[in-house]
Amino acid sequence: MSDSAQRCAGAFGSFRGGLAERLVEKLLFICALSSILIVFFIIAFILKEGIPVLALGPDFFFGMTWKPGQGQFGVVPTVLSTFIVGIGALGIAAVIGIPAAIYLAEFAPEWLRALIKPSVEMLVGIPSIVLGFFGLMVLVVFIRDNIGGWGECILAGWVILAVMTLPHVISISEDALRAVPRTYKEASLGLGATPLQTIRKILVPNARSGILASLILGMGNAIGETMAVLMVIGNPNIPWIPSSVLEPVRVLTSTIVIEISYVVWGSTHQHALFALGVILFSIVAVLNAITTALIRKGIRTGCR
Amino acid sequence: MSKIETIGLSVYYGDGTVCGLKAVNITIEANKITALIGPSGCGKTTFLRALNRMNELKGAQTKGKVLIDGIDIYNGKVDVIQLRKRIGMVFQQPNPFPMSIYDNVAYGPRIHGQRNENLGTIVEESLKKAALWDEVKDRLDENALGFSGGQQQRLCIARALAVNPEIILFDEPCSALDPVSTARIEELLTELKQEYTIVIVTHNMQQAARVSDCTAFFLMGELIEYGKTSQIFERPKDKRTEDYITGRFG
Repeated sequence: MSDSAQRCAGAFGSFRGGLAERLVEKLLFICALSSILIVFFIIAFILKEGIPVLALGPDFFFGMTWKPGQGQFGVVPTVLSTFIVGIGALGIAAVIGIPAAIYLAEFAPEWLRALIKPSVEMLVGIPSIVLGFFGLMVLVVFIRDNIGGWGECILAGWVILAVMTLPHVISISEDALRAVPRTYKEASLGLGATPLQTIRKILVPNARSGILASLILGMGNAIGETMAVLMVIGNPNIPWIPSSVLEPVRVLTSTIVIEISYVVWGSTHQHALFALGVILFSIVAVLNAITTALIRKGIRTGCR
Repeated sequence: MSKIETIGLSVYYGDGTVCGLKAVNITIEANKITALIGPSGCGKTTFLRALNRMNELKGAQTKGKVLIDGIDIYNGKVDVIQLRKRIGMVFQQPNPFPMSIYDNVAYGPRIHGQRNENLGTIVEESLKKAALWDEVKDRLDENALGFSGGQQQRLCIARALAVNPEIILFDEPCSALDPVSTARIEELLTELKQEYTIVIVTHNMQQAARVSDCTAFFLMGELIEYGKTSQIFERPKDKRTEDYITGRFG
């Protein structure tokens, strides 16, 4: 090919490629932008709808009574119940999940790991309504018959949510444990540490931020979870602060779902439900932000 | 006096199909530096890790005997924890734990139940022996990862010394270091052999010639030749040893 022909072809090619490329780039940009816009508009809408009640200030944020009929929208019992249910579930998930992750990362033979890991991840795939139904028919009955109370209670919520949180805790914790450099482990064993000492003093401390991230992410999921919880925690008429794990409670999600069906359109009550949404969203957003920060920190320290 | 003796030591990887080390017989003297040389994949590191039973971490199978002070460490009765306490190891990449200098050195004594009041002395002595004390004595609580590669490697040596071993295994300890740091480590090795038996894997033949008393040449999992370093480098008996040290392959 002669020099000029080459130049010509080059110019032509770049012209065509340039146009198509710019078009595709714009399209991709619009798609990317749409996700931001959707999030933005949802937040803006929920905030706008919630503001009339959020503006009640202390009566809303620190109010102890939630009686929409009498215009009382105190959110404390609901938020407190939400955290009681979330933290309890997380506790169970941590007690089972972290040792499970350690076993998978350190002790399990390859074939067993190949069996356990997909099974654990399959737990994520169970629709929450199915899990909730199972909880209602099996767990709630079991608690009522063997432990006491109505059966529909905090304890049932803990167990169901723990099952839902477990896969995240196990999976992320295991990744974090595996990300600890092999050389640390070898150095520790080389000094005559037992495998258990090595896990306790080297592996877990170095995987700490990942393990913590898995717990906080799990907590975010548990707090935002609706269907399964709704079906097993009983939902008394008025949100209250429970005094035993065998009592039913109402959490943020279940309150919204239950009351949205009979709320009067445009009433303060409706705004109050949106305000609950704002709180829920804020809690989950904060937890997610902490998770992201922890994972970043883990990556940073891991790479040094 | 012989400190380590192997009799028909073989190591197999995988399902016992891949042979990493073939029937090695060798006698390693106490208070000497023994260098293991040979091309990559020749079994030097496998041999080294057979001496403190680190191969089993990767599921390798070991046959034959490794006698340390006359006792076979593979006889099933030897406690691997006690064994690794007696045989320290320093790795290719400096691998201090991501904690303070002090905690790094104190790690070994602590896991072996050393009380806190004695730790300060142990840490100081170990760092002195590893020729690191003067550089870090005012920075003991700083994170070890903030130090240079050479300092980190000497820290790893101090960490190994802190559990008071009899033998120290070095797996290419200088391959990640600059020439100045390498020189310091080599100097240190010569000092350490007064008290310890040292086995060192190295890719650097000058290093083997400079620091070691005896040299073993490995090829394809076999021990080809073993003798005094001067003899190996000046009058190798085996053609393959000669080819390797004169740089014709490897």
